[in-house]
Amino acid sequence: MDLLQFKKVFYVRENKDIIKNFSLSVESGDFISIVGASGSGKSTFLKLCCHLISPTDGEIMYNGRNMLEYNPMLLRKEISYCFQIPHLFGDTVEDNLNFPYFIRSMKMDFERVNELLLRFNLDKRILKEEVKNLSGGEKQRIALIRTLLFKPEMILLDEVTSALDVDNTQIVESVINSLNKEGTTVLWITHSPEQSRRYANKLLTVDCGEIKSLEAII
Amino acid sequence: MNTGTQISISSLLIASSLVLVSIVFSHHQKLKLEKEIIIGIVRAVIQLVAVGYVLEYIFGLKSPIFTTLLILFMICNAAFNAAKRGQDIKDGVLISFISISAGTILTLSILVFSGAIKYEPYQMIPVSGMIISNAMVALGLCFKHMSNDFNNKREEVETKLSLGADTLTSSIEIIRDSIRTGMIPTIDSAKTLGIVTLPGMMTGLILAGTSPIIAIRYQIMVTFMLLSTTAIASFVACYLSYRKFFNNRKQLR
Repeated sequence: MDLLQFKKVFYVRENKDIIKNFSLSVESGDFISIVGASGSGKSTFLKLCCHLISPTDGEIMYNGRNMLEYNPMLLRKEISYCFQIPHLFGDTVEDNLNFPYFIRSMKMDFERVNELLLRFNLDKRILKEEVKNLSGGEKQRIALIRTLLFKPEMILLDEVTSALDVDNTQIVESVINSLNKEGTTVLWITHSPEQSRRYANKLLTVDCGEIKSLEAII
Repeated sequence: MNTGTQISISSLLIASSLVLVSIVFSHHQKLKLEKEIIIGIVRAVIQLVAVGYVLEYIFGLKSPIFTTLLILFMICNAAFNAAKRGQDIKDGVLISFISISAGTILTLSILVFSGAIKYEPYQMIPVSGMIISNAMVALGLCFKHMSNDFNNKREEVETKLSLGADTLTSSIEIIRDSIRTGMIPTIDSAKTLGIVTLPGMMTGLILAGTSPIIAIRYQIMVTFMLLSTTAIASFVACYLSYRKFFNNRKQLR
């Protein structure tokens, strides 16, 4: 069964068609790279996927059921979205990594946190670091860890490596690829042609709010 | 109070020459405010004379129903005014009405039950006026701050939503900041009472011949009631209005 299915989806904001007649299926375990010019509707597409916005026309199905039938909070816990510009809140890194536990009324699992810090090549001492003292690369990796703490069914990445150096980009790519191998579905917006084909099994090209092509990468 | 100053009409007319100072100053500095000053002064005089006669009539009636109706009328006006500061907040007038009413009713109840004031028009109306106008200003600040924050911190709120947080958890910082913004002017003014300002009520009592020692008791009561009203009204308004920035699918509008 398709994990996510767009059926003739339109999204209009301030009388402007941002998404036009999107129809596509995402299968469980897919790794889809999304490419297209700036303003072509890629980020809006991801926001529709995690129900941060709803279509103005058409339907989005998740696990065979219309998204509107789900509790939005539970849905977003299964489909996690990582923004292009990481927004860290509170004072310290720990405040941020505790947030997903806080909203589930759980105590922070330091073992899980340390495991992910290690995977993203970060030392556990960073937990006490103040957010304002972090580099751009550290902020992005902390934002990713915050998204991945509860192993979402699907992760949506919006140009998450665009502000990272080569080393950090490789670390992030490698972690995301291994998560995909473990079964997590990945939708990743990227501007780099090499990156778009390195790990993905499908390439979605978006142009002026429309799907230009969805091809398999062999 | 009989020993207090009585201002005669002729004294008032002589005092009106003070208006000329601002008109001459405006003319000399080419501020082009002469017309505004004259309109402002004429309006103030007409409004105050009208209010003076209306209050004289109402105080004479000594009717609790009429007093309550007048307080209700003041709350309605204040609600319309406060809602103007948050025009993108749906049901802003209703939220303002509920918040100002909550602050006013609770504060007045404590004052009446404690015996600090009596439910009589000459006490209730001026005290309610102070309470309601303070709540109105606080709400205006709350609404403006909240609207700005929801615009400026859109991605931060969406980040929290995208992690699976509820709308309240996603907005709590904005709510707290907005309540703080509504309350700070009242707190600041309380801090400087007597040092920077001798507030209107206290000045009025002293001018009317009341001993400053008695006047400060009233002023302390006013300070307590304004703080309580601002806190209640800001709290109720912010917790009612943050929801209006989301739709029923917990998405930012």
